[in-house]
Amino acid sequence: MIEVQGLTKLYGSFPAVRGIAFHVARGEIFGLLGPNGAGKTSTISMLIGLSRISAGAVRIAGYDATREMPRIQRDIGVVPDESNLYDELEGLENLCFSGALYGMTRKRREQRAAELLDQFGLQAVGSKPFKTYSKGMKRKLTIAAALMHEPSILFLDEPTSGIDVASARQIRQNLKDMNERGTTIFLTTHYIEEAGRLCDRIALMVEGRIVRIGTPDELMSACQREHIIEITTAGPLAGVAGELAKVFSHVRVRVTGESTLRLQTDHASGVGPFVVWLHERGVPVVEATLIRPTLEDAFVALTSVDLAEMKRERERNS
Amino acid sequence: MGSWIAFSSILGKDIRTYYAKPPNISWGIVFPLAWSVMFFVKSSTPVDVRTLLPGLVVLSVLFGTTSMLAVTITFERRRRSFERLLLAPMSLTSLMLAKTSGAILFGVFNAFVPVVLARLLIVLPGVNWIIFLLGVLLLAMASTFLGLLVAVSVSEVFEAQTFSNFFRFPMIFLSGMFLPVQDLPHWLRPVSSLLPPTYGVDLIRQAVTGQSRLNWILNATVLSLMVGLLLAVSIRQVKRRWIM
Repeated sequence: MIEVQGLTKLYGSFPAVRGIAFHVARGEIFGLLGPNGAGKTSTISMLIGLSRISAGAVRIAGYDATREMPRIQRDIGVVPDESNLYDELEGLENLCFSGALYGMTRKRREQRAAELLDQFGLQAVGSKPFKTYSKGMKRKLTIAAALMHEPSILFLDEPTSGIDVASARQIRQNLKDMNERGTTIFLTTHYIEEAGRLCDRIALMVEGRIVRIGTPDELMSACQREHIIEITTAGPLAGVAGELAKVFSHVRVRVTGESTLRLQTDHASGVGPFVVWLHERGVPVVEATLIRPTLEDAFVALTSVDLAEMKRERERNS
Repeated sequence: MGSWIAFSSILGKDIRTYYAKPPNISWGIVFPLAWSVMFFVKSSTPVDVRTLLPGLVVLSVLFGTTSMLAVTITFERRRRSFERLLLAPMSLTSLMLAKTSGAILFGVFNAFVPVVLARLLIVLPGVNWIIFLLGVLLLAMASTFLGLLVAVSVSEVFEAQTFSNFFRFPMIFLSGMFLPVQDLPHWLRPVSSLLPPTYGVDLIRQAVTGQSRLNWILNATVLSLMVGLLLAVSIRQVKRRWIM
């Protein structure tokens, strides 16, 4: 659905995007994850035709982005990082105006606008001016406006940036529902949790380069140096931990509490043998959890980005 | 059909949200109205009214077309709502024409404010209304696209206002609205020949009084070329500055 090869953006001599390449399959949710200034917005701007491509090739829905952008624009919906509908128009009017820009008839756009207001839980405020909306409501209506003409690909730049938790949650659910109905979604975000929850695949972007692309599982596995199993038992572990380390010599055992211990191995290992062994010694296991690196761990390991600085940036933006 | 729906929706929204609003009415209509009343009250003979009318019509068109356009486009650009229009599947030329049609229509409407006032004072026989309408329309387009050029060449709303006044007020004196161009100092006359209202005034004067400096066909041709040039330069500016 989206094919990108050697995409580059230069502002004067400064390279904001440095020859990136990726593809997005039909029906996929693909995320560009990176800190502010990574080149995410520059990338999305080139893909939607709001910024000239300095070098490289982009094909969207089979059309060349440098020569056939008006044709591409019929098939795509765009949600910018700031809500940019008209303050003076009502919610319903804003949706109808967006539909009209794509040549929808009055009857069809009124019908579609009513459907979207319902889908985003905004029926009650459809006749109120956009300027009276809360930030979360504005964001939802901006996404609804991008969906008026039923695009097959939806581009979203930081879809939940700076809005309340409940609205962000509803937007994420709406995006998933849309995706299930067949819409391909391309989004940029600097929220690691959001990328992990929403995206089928994620491209990690830093300083204009994509450092790794993969599913959240692939990215997390890529930084997994050791395998950790955390075991919680019904009774105290005193006495058995040392013996356990002797019996399973390939395992490093660390007691982390009166009834919890961590087993670390260099290779993937099942929990069964440990559970059985402990049970035979009268120490029943209550819980055994495989501890995996989080997407955040993977992001830090793969990009070397200072996560604390990224969080501070996020707080500043909020 | 799809492009026409988009075009008419942009035009309809702009008329409703900008051109029919009090600030625009006050600048676009009340200002030329005040000038018209001021001049007509001083004019004791029908000849004076007929002589003043072309200048007042041009003044009304100039302020009607430019008072809102430059500000609204800059404002929409700052607020990023203009991006929605740039993303619509229509050509940039169609988009800019849709965005400026409201100003052109408002300018044409404004041209009739002094005409109605003049008609209250005198009978206006012998006016060539076809040439008059042609002149008003071409002038409305030229001054709208001049406003557009200002709007797409600046970044801030206050800059748009400043630059609009920078060209509007000197034009009142340099384009023959009230002072004949031939009475200007020699060194100022070339400047006058570069201004669209100079040809608009002459064209409308021909329609109202039957007298003009240049042939009406020549005036209409030069004005048409200026319309095309100003639109082309504005579109080039949008591509250069806004789609970076």
